[in-house]
Amino acid sequence: MTGDRATFRLLEIEHLSKEFELNGARIQALRDVNLSINQGEFICLIGASGCGKSTLLRIIAGFETATSGTARVRGKLISEPGPDRGMVFQDYALFPWLSVRENIAFGPTERGVPKAERRDKVENFIDVVGLRKFADAYPHQLSGGMKQRVAIARVLANDADIVLMDEPFGALDALTRERLQEELLDIWQRTGLTVIFVTHSIEEAIFLSDRVVVMTPSPGKIESDNRILLPRPRDVSAPDFNELRRTLGAKLHSHHGRRAA
Amino acid sequence: MKQSVASIAAPATVESRPAATTTPKAHRAEPAEGPRLEGRARPVLLALVVPVLFVLFWEAAVVYGRTRLIPPPTEVAVMMWDFAFGGIWDDAFSRTLHVHLLMSMSRVYGGFLLACAAGIPLGLLIGRVRLIRQLFDPVLQILRPIPVTAWLPLSMIIFGLGGTSAFSLVFLGAFYPVLLNTVFGVRNVDPKLFEAAAMLGCKGSNVFRRVVLPAALPSIFTGLRLGLGFAWVVIVVGEMTGVPQGLGAVIMDARTLSRTDLVICGMIVIGVAGFLSDKAITWLNRRLLRWSPQHG
Repeated sequence: MTGDRATFRLLEIEHLSKEFELNGARIQALRDVNLSINQGEFICLIGASGCGKSTLLRIIAGFETATSGTARVRGKLISEPGPDRGMVFQDYALFPWLSVRENIAFGPTERGVPKAERRDKVENFIDVVGLRKFADAYPHQLSGGMKQRVAIARVLANDADIVLMDEPFGALDALTRERLQEELLDIWQRTGLTVIFVTHSIEEAIFLSDRVVVMTPSPGKIESDNRILLPRPRDVSAPDFNELRRTLGAKLHSHHGRRAA
Repeated sequence: MKQSVASIAAPATVESRPAATTTPKAHRAEPAEGPRLEGRARPVLLALVVPVLFVLFWEAAVVYGRTRLIPPPTEVAVMMWDFAFGGIWDDAFSRTLHVHLLMSMSRVYGGFLLACAAGIPLGLLIGRVRLIRQLFDPVLQILRPIPVTAWLPLSMIIFGLGGTSAFSLVFLGAFYPVLLNTVFGVRNVDPKLFEAAAMLGCKGSNVFRRVVLPAALPSIFTGLRLGLGFAWVVIVVGEMTGVPQGLGAVIMDARTLSRTDLVICGMIVIGVAGFLSDKAITWLNRRLLRWSPQHG
């Protein structure tokens, strides 16, 4: 099913490095990262904290700039945030003074989408994420799962075709997390989005993605790029799922052994 | 006295309520009426306990203490009536309450609104624009500890004796709380919200309108409340010298004339006026900040 999608190279990252200073010491957050992502792919970036996965995501989003190397979307250098790349934050970052409906309408309003079109879009995505009953509620009245649904609808209503997700389900309870994973996959399959998803859960990465990019820390770099060929919907308790979990786990922890030695 | 207030107020509300919600749901509304009314009347009654006890203590202290310097509450009440409606003493102060009150209010609200007009935009800029912060912040930090009352001599030189000087003091008094709380509110906006706004296509001056202002609004309102409260404090000092009309002038003149009952009347009027204007701003606060869990 990804066959026909995986043709257009949407995102291209070449020799990307990022350094910053922390208490006078130079930290290399990313070293020589190369990654290309096709339209419609679901990519997970996985790694221990400090491996630079969030930094990489923030560079793609345009919140931070690389020290050297390039990141391009559709061949165009990324220099600032743009509505084509929608970010879903772990702590939601909803506007607390806006209702669910107004939060979802924020992007289209800012970009001057005509009123009728805007309304259709917003109402549509309220339904897509199943928040019809809460359309007029304020964020503080919602559960974590509902807030994250609003955050997802907010970037979708803004016509983002690349959705960047920074451990979006990390703060949710296990049941809500599983439901949102399934809903996200459902939306992804229906819309042809490209998703770049940061997580530190191996299971979440295998369950969701076409490719799992394993990163290792100090300096942050890509350890391996693993295509997941398991048929969907995936069964987390199946033997081949467990096999993958073991293999990726070993890759993820490989740097520990090296460092201890 | 407490007895009579309570027994007059309670039946009046009982009668007016069902009348307002008449016919269709009348039979359903009625049973719910009892506990809800009690729930509403309770805080009012409780709030009256301490003042009533205080007034009783005051009366007793004056009567048994045999002081002639402090009038008993009954005399103050008579004075208040005369101050408001006249017909008892018929002197220079009779029936002048509204004149002084309006004059003080115009200075308080005028100075306060001017302080808002200057403090909120400046606060937004200081909070958000580095260059402006670096330009203004040190100066403001040095000026801030100077008590507003210390400006009185200087403002009398600059603006002359009279209302303008009082007005300028009110402005200064309200300005700092409004400004500092606005700056605080802007500085404390969750940086993620700026990223979220940028990612959704919100740029330039729209960021102020769509993110900075609403996000800082709870803090700005704290500043407004403090500022308006402070304006009422400062107005008395401002009106104490060279101002013919205003509640501060009344208190000062009454003191010179040894009319302590009138001094107390002036104090009570200021207290009530300050209380009511705080109520008004809290009401506005609740309406505008329905979204905020702390203010809702």
